[in-house]
Amino acid sequence: MSDSSTIAGGALAEAQHEHPPYQRHHFETVDQQFDATNFAMWLFLLTEVMFFGGLFTAYLIMRNWYYPAFVVGSHQLSIFWGTANTAVLIASSFTMAMSVWSAETRRKGLLLLYLCLTLVFGFTFLGIKAIEWHEKWEKHHIPGPSFSVQSFVDPASDPEVYKEYHDNPLQADMAQKTQEYFFLYFAMTGMHALHMVVGVGILIFMIFRAKAGAYTSGHVTFVENFGLYWHFVDIIWIYLFALLYLISRH
Amino acid sequence: MSEQNQQHEQEHHIVSPTTYLIILLALLVGTAATVAASFVDLGEWHIAAGFTLFWNPVVALAIATTKMMLVVLFFMHVKYSPKLTKLTVSAGIFMFLVLISMTLTDYMSRAWGRW
Amino acid sequence: MSATTIVSLPDQSTARIPKMNFLTKENGLLSWLLTGDHKRIATLYLISITFFFFIGGALAGLIRLELLTPQTSLMAADTYNKVFTMHGVIMVFLFLVPSVPATIGNFVIPMMVGARDLALPKINLLSWYLYVVAGIMVIYSMAAGGVDTGWTFTTPLSTHYLNTHVISTGLAIFVAGFSSIFTGLNFIVTIHKMRAPGMTWFRLPLFVWSNYAASILMVLGTPVLAITLVLVVLERLFHIGVFDPAYGGDPILFQHLFWFYSHPAVYIMILPGMGVISEVVSTFSRKRVFGYTAVAFSSVAIAVFGFFVWAHHMFIMGISNYAALVFSLLTMLVAVPSAIKIFNWAFTLYKGSITFETPMLYAFGFMGLFTIGGMTGVFLGSTGTDIHLTETYFIVAHFHFVMVGGMLMAFLSGIHFWWPKWTGRMYPEKISQLAAIVTFIGFNFTFFPQFILGTLGMPRRYAAYPPEFQALNVFSTAGATILGVGYLLPILYLTWSLKYGAIAGDNPWQATGLEWQTQSPPLTENFPVIPIVDHEAYDYEWLEHQQQKEVASVG
Repeated sequence: MSDSSTIAGGALAEAQHEHPPYQRHHFETVDQQFDATNFAMWLFLLTEVMFFGGLFTAYLIMRNWYYPAFVVGSHQLSIFWGTANTAVLIASSFTMAMSVWSAETRRKGLLLLYLCLTLVFGFTFLGIKAIEWHEKWEKHHIPGPSFSVQSFVDPASDPEVYKEYHDNPLQADMAQKTQEYFFLYFAMTGMHALHMVVGVGILIFMIFRAKAGAYTSGHVTFVENFGLYWHFVDIIWIYLFALLYLISRH
Repeated sequence: MSEQNQQHEQEHHIVSPTTYLIILLALLVGTAATVAASFVDLGEWHIAAGFTLFWNPVVALAIATTKMMLVVLFFMHVKYSPKLTKLTVSAGIFMFLVLISMTLTDYMSRAWGRW
Repeated sequence: MSATTIVSLPDQSTARIPKMNFLTKENGLLSWLLTGDHKRIATLYLISITFFFFIGGALAGLIRLELLTPQTSLMAADTYNKVFTMHGVIMVFLFLVPSVPATIGNFVIPMMVGARDLALPKINLLSWYLYVVAGIMVIYSMAAGGVDTGWTFTTPLSTHYLNTHVISTGLAIFVAGFSSIFTGLNFIVTIHKMRAPGMTWFRLPLFVWSNYAASILMVLGTPVLAITLVLVVLERLFHIGVFDPAYGGDPILFQHLFWFYSHPAVYIMILPGMGVISEVVSTFSRKRVFGYTAVAFSSVAIAVFGFFVWAHHMFIMGISNYAALVFSLLTMLVAVPSAIKIFNWAFTLYKGSITFETPMLYAFGFMGLFTIGGMTGVFLGSTGTDIHLTETYFIVAHFHFVMVGGMLMAFLSGIHFWWPKWTGRMYPEKISQLAAIVTFIGFNFTFFPQFILGTLGMPRRYAAYPPEFQALNVFSTAGATILGVGYLLPILYLTWSLKYGAIAGDNPWQATGLEWQTQSPPLTENFPVIPIVDHEAYDYEWLEHQQQKEVASVG
């Protein structure tokens, strides 16, 4: 058994040996490559769903246990900036989908435009996040040694929030639990922001490659798969917004 | 080779910009709706002794889930994707729900005390 | 009983290792460190996990040495805690989880499905680099003073009360987790999208099915461990968090999230091993696996049900009685598919032409020891008995039976089975059979007494124990010494065989499966031409037909 021939594919195999330059050698056809990498990106997104899932589980338990603290804590978040950020991300999802369309229809100019718009929206989101976090830092609402429960034990001492929501003062131990709320707020929005930063980084890379015409000659896989990642990050924010900002504003 | 191209187009249905625009508007409307709903006390439903369902979080999650479905189906092309993709998405959502709900069975039933 | 063997080697006076193969294709360190070839990556993995296996094994030796006496004679209790923690961390995350998938799976799966490589070769290489980084971080943690929480990192001990290197170890496992995720992701994509023409799902070898099921677990379960470790690290760093009652958190929440991965993790560890056993049992009984469909579906069933049972690790921790009831019932269910496999392998053996080459000896060991380990799992899944047996040596014995008596034996079975394909050379049969028997004897002496110790009440993770337990502990340590010899021998003779082993030829076992129809070692591209598959798995008639065709064509 030293002969190592396998069943021959014959003429069919020979014919398929010409392939586009962007097809890797272990794939038989471009379609197989597209299908495989697309499926791989979806599987990666599944891992991301489970990754954030742990955070959502922790959030759910803590919110159930310390609901009053979560309500009062959420009033410290600006509904204006939160809604603005949601709109910004939704718009960026639109421009990302349009980028994919531009690549598929081989419109290089439009592709560059939409990728740049997506990037601008991404930066805007991160900028607004920075503003929000800075505000938290100023008001001593970052969990840890510098955390202050003043706004929760005596809501009147925080006039901007008090005039909107007229919260009742919390008992001292429940007021301490607002730290749990802010811990989860920073953990979840922080993890989300980290994913945004990675996305923004890849976007910059993509803009340079798009300028060089890499995506408008039939090879849209990278743009399409990155689009999936970007939309996923948007979906996470959609839930974060509903769960962190909109607990109860009445 | 033309057969391959045909197959290529059938598999990679290109979603039109008009569809994307409609979805964008729907998502923005959904955002406005969910913000508005949070300012209104939507009441509760007393299902049984000790079981109360508050409508505000239900509505907020329902709107969020609708927005998610729109992004998944249209922006992420799942509506036009092969069955395997749809199965994969469903598997992910299912496992996420298993994690949350089975963990919750412990927390919810602790209050029921011993047997 | 005639001592028959199915080994069929080429004429040693004229046989040569094929000049062009994946090992000789390119030379130089960079050609290995930047490779995309799944077979080279598998080799890199094999070397790395063997290295960590011996570190973990040395730590086990230290544990058994300490337990020779009832007092803490060899090391302080805190040090003992560090030793068993690192033993667990290394053996679980750096050895068992990647053992079969990253080595044998990486090597063989593309060939089994008829592809030239895995779907994502660069991700495969990344997976190995992540493993190496994780390994370096673990070694750093050990060198810097170790961690003593137990491999389960229970909070708030790990987040609040200890000063040891929880953060670096936690981050190391985080990295190792992504190594595992990328391997699993690669396998799922490859198996779905890169099967050769004619290779339908139900013509795949059962090894592929088992690894597919394990890969689903890797992809869906591991991320939850990742986020849990992140939260533990955050809690330690910022002294605020969700797992510590002092801040209003819940330690049980940590355990829910931790075991959500760590229970499926045990199936990640065992399923690929079961895949190996399917291949080996079939080849060495010259018979197709009985009930192919049942075995294939039971692999997937184990994966699915494995996600629903995690709280059986938490029966005494404070979950509600109702949750304990639900999880206990589900645990009984998950035992069924594993049992189905054992029955099917037994029926494969029945009326087969059985020979006792080394892979088969390890497979027999697996079937017996895994059955015992699995059955004791049922005692633990039943809440009433678990309350008495948990956190005792009964648990330690249970998981060592399934992981060492089961999984490690399956790994060795697979290494010996595919060794000729990997290296082109046979290992020396007599000494390897001796090693297998020594391992089996050593294993039983080491771990069977621990069942008794557990039922008598000896707690786990204790450096000191009541003196009446000493006799059984000494017995166990003696067994461990024998076991150590059994594991050392393969290192020696397998290395020896690289230079002096008999030339194996394409198919020394006369096995079915596409990987056996190419040269040994294989070409970098696996097949000169992608095969078109027209036969079922384990089709020994097809194989015979092939062999006759070859004989005819040579003449």
